[in-house]
Amino acid sequence: MTYLTKPKLHHPTLKKNKVGYTRRDYEGRVSTLCAGCGHDSISAAIIEACFELDVQPHRLAKLSGIGCSSKTPDYFLGNSHGFNTVHGRMPSVLTGANLANRDLIYLGVSGDGDSASIGLGQFAHVMRRGVNMLYVLENNGVYGLTKGQFSATADAGSKAKRGAINTDSAIDTVSLALLMGATFVARSFSGDKKQLTPLIKAGLAHSGAAFIDVISPCVAFNNHAGSTKSYEYIRDHNEAVNRLDFWPNREAINIDYDEGAVIEVPQHDGSVIKLRKTNTAYDPTDRIGAATQIQAHAAKGEVLTGLLYVNPDSEDLHAHLNTFPQAFNTLGEKELCPGSGMLEKINAALR
Amino acid sequence: MQPTDIKKPDYFHKVVDCQWACPAHTPVPEYIRLIAAGKYGDAYMVNWESNVFPGILGRTCDRPCEPACRRGRVEDENSPKPEPVAICRLKRVAADLKDGEEIAARINTNKKKKSNGKKIACVGAGPASLTVARDLAPLGYEVTVFDQDPKPGGMIWSQIPRFRLPEEVIDEEVGYILNLGVSFVQKKITSMKSLLTEGYDAVFVGSGAPRGRDLDIPGRKEAAKNIHIGIDWLSSVSFGHTTKIGRRVIVLGGGNTAMDCCRTSRRIGGDDVKVIVRSGFAEMKASPWEKEDAAHEGIPILNFLVPKSFQVTNGKLSGMVFEKVKAEYKDGKRNLVNAGEPDQFFECDDVLVAVGQENAFPWIERDSGVEFDKSGMPKLDPVTFKASLPNVFFGGDSAFGPKNIIWAVAHGHDAAISIDKLLNAENIAERPMPGMSMLSQKMGIHEWSYDNEIANDQRFPVPWADIKKTLKNVKMEVELGFDAATAWKEAQRCLNCDVQTVFTTQLCIECDACVDICPMDCITFTPDGDEKELRGRLSAPALNLIQDLYISGPLKTNRIMVKDEDVCLHCGLCAERCPTGAWDMQKSLIKMTTAGPAARSPLKRRDRKAA
Repeated sequence: MTYLTKPKLHHPTLKKNKVGYTRRDYEGRVSTLCAGCGHDSISAAIIEACFELDVQPHRLAKLSGIGCSSKTPDYFLGNSHGFNTVHGRMPSVLTGANLANRDLIYLGVSGDGDSASIGLGQFAHVMRRGVNMLYVLENNGVYGLTKGQFSATADAGSKAKRGAINTDSAIDTVSLALLMGATFVARSFSGDKKQLTPLIKAGLAHSGAAFIDVISPCVAFNNHAGSTKSYEYIRDHNEAVNRLDFWPNREAINIDYDEGAVIEVPQHDGSVIKLRKTNTAYDPTDRIGAATQIQAHAAKGEVLTGLLYVNPDSEDLHAHLNTFPQAFNTLGEKELCPGSGMLEKINAALR
Repeated sequence: MQPTDIKKPDYFHKVVDCQWACPAHTPVPEYIRLIAAGKYGDAYMVNWESNVFPGILGRTCDRPCEPACRRGRVEDENSPKPEPVAICRLKRVAADLKDGEEIAARINTNKKKKSNGKKIACVGAGPASLTVARDLAPLGYEVTVFDQDPKPGGMIWSQIPRFRLPEEVIDEEVGYILNLGVSFVQKKITSMKSLLTEGYDAVFVGSGAPRGRDLDIPGRKEAAKNIHIGIDWLSSVSFGHTTKIGRRVIVLGGGNTAMDCCRTSRRIGGDDVKVIVRSGFAEMKASPWEKEDAAHEGIPILNFLVPKSFQVTNGKLSGMVFEKVKAEYKDGKRNLVNAGEPDQFFECDDVLVAVGQENAFPWIERDSGVEFDKSGMPKLDPVTFKASLPNVFFGGDSAFGPKNIIWAVAHGHDAAISIDKLLNAENIAERPMPGMSMLSQKMGIHEWSYDNEIANDQRFPVPWADIKKTLKNVKMEVELGFDAATAWKEAQRCLNCDVQTVFTTQLCIECDACVDICPMDCITFTPDGDEKELRGRLSAPALNLIQDLYISGPLKTNRIMVKDEDVCLHCGLCAERCPTGAWDMQKSLIKMTTAGPAARSPLKRRDRKAA
């Protein structure tokens, strides 16, 4: 951890975005994680993404569970809403918040312990319900806070820092999210912000359940030879299927692409995802194909990264439930408590 | 790109902008840290070793270090008024707060034990000659300094007014040098030829630029009684020969001498003093702070006025006529052309002409063996300062024309090296390398042996004495200097640029922690490219081409680490967030080698030992 606060001084050329903030304005308190932690890079990518998306800090809510990863919301977006929930229960608290106030942008931050062990059920349900959120899973394969035991996402056969070999099979959160009906599924690596930042931007803009599994090496307990979540291992086995550019609206696109190698995925809100294919056989709008490819590459020992699946016609929980189109905090007492006459009507309709 | 070779002393030296810009290469951050620690004596000695006159320069230096200071660039777009650290005035703090006896004792340890039998003559007792004497006397040389004035100091004494530099300060610092066994002789040297026959092994000429330029326009002769040459007049005031001036004074010229003239006039009878310059206010040669000081004393500076004539009424100067001009730029060159306005007339009783200085060597015979070029300047080797006679050297203003004290000191050091090498039968063209030591500042996981916290304070102003009092007394010092508490706060503004970010390629695991934490976006991991293209695609564009890029060798991903040195805060957060120690904070102490055994050829030294 760092005892000093980060100096307020910034580079003279630091730019402001459309809402008048610099990238530094999206920072939080200085990180208390171990030096070199992948999670800090993810925080930096979130800061960059929110700056580039011109997010108004007070229009975003960050929720997390328990663990190293779940501490990180303290280290970014210091002026946003935050809720550090119970272990593994971030999805249900976030669902409740989203139902009450659909106008905020929801960012859930969790780790492999929080999502794949204690919160596995919550994770599965928030995906299948299609809660409009970006779920970032900071995946390092170990329980860092309790000194490096294997987590549920550790690959079978990988080696712990002290030499123990993992015999349990790993939960592949990407496959699980796909299976559960997430409409935006991606995997990335904390050491590759060029890939990660546009994914976060696209995920935040996606309408519906967006999930990014970010492999984030634990420098203290899982960055040694024999680990399958180390910087070196991921760099050697990273198989990126595409590179992504995210455009907040259609008009802004002015880069020449080599046609044929690009897939354009318009989103509900008018934004556009452009994918530069690095693997021509990969079609990220084909859900069954995606599931197959993920498995096939895993079998070869490769880690497939990039935007693995996106459903351009996604809908979110509010659409499924046909809820009232306004946030509850904009309604008065009359609308929120319509009285006993209305209750009678509802009851009568259910008889 | 080629990986940066950090073993070359110049690389890290250049990062320490202030030290690099200082002609004498004073290790500025080192003494500022010592001031912050209350070790004023040590801070004074760091200065004394490199610039010889800490107390004098702490009041009068031209401060080439301050425009170079990184703090000014770092505050750009961060502070309402970006300003460098008050380096010069902190130097004065070291001189003001040190224990004089302790310093005298420490300097005394350098005193020569016995003569080496070699005699050196220094002509002129200004900063250049005194530096030569300071460097050579401890080595055993018998140095004699000659000057026409009764006291040693040269222009420090004669041209700088006492309200900027008190007499005690000059006496003290010149005294330290004389106490090393240097002889001062008040004597005007009138012949180089005869000096060369007096048995000196080497002669150093540090006679300055003693002739003030005159202004030959109509009325000059008729009004001569009330027209004075600036530097001569200042000298006359300094030595007490002139004690008053007319009520209305015009000072011609835009340099620091003009500023000294107008402020001196204000104190000895001039209550309507104005400075009139040919150029625009912004292009004036005077240091910005000297212009501010003049303004503070209610002296107007009128610009774009070219002197046309002196007006004489009843045989006495009554005023001056000026032509109003404007600046026109053609191919980047400035021309002053008539502004199409009527000429302007200003009444006055006295005029001080401070329009420049010239070199003059009437005492060096043209057949003495010292050759001069067409403009009347001695032919010199720019590195060794050797004239066309093998044992004659020049330095200070007499070498390459008027500069300032700190340049004179730098020349003195170089000339002293040449003289010492010459008299040890060495090739004087072979120059010594500066000494460099690198020391890691890491004490624990989060502990550094320097204060890496960045203060957000703006520059602290130096307090002034009451203007009502200072304008009445030409000897009363205007600036009071920082007190210890303010000096400490100002010292906190220093970024410790000599505590270097040192990168070890093999240790880096490319986790990006340094990139993420760096407040100034200095660090980038990126594919290699040529410098121009690379500068455009870093985390923040590297637009300051004077500042180097620190380039690593290829990393595991085949990328390179590029650090733009320009606005690095030297806060050490990159090293603190680095899990593998690939970044370390190391103090680079660069000391220029002065005359003596260290400056001589190492090979020859070994030979001598063997023999």
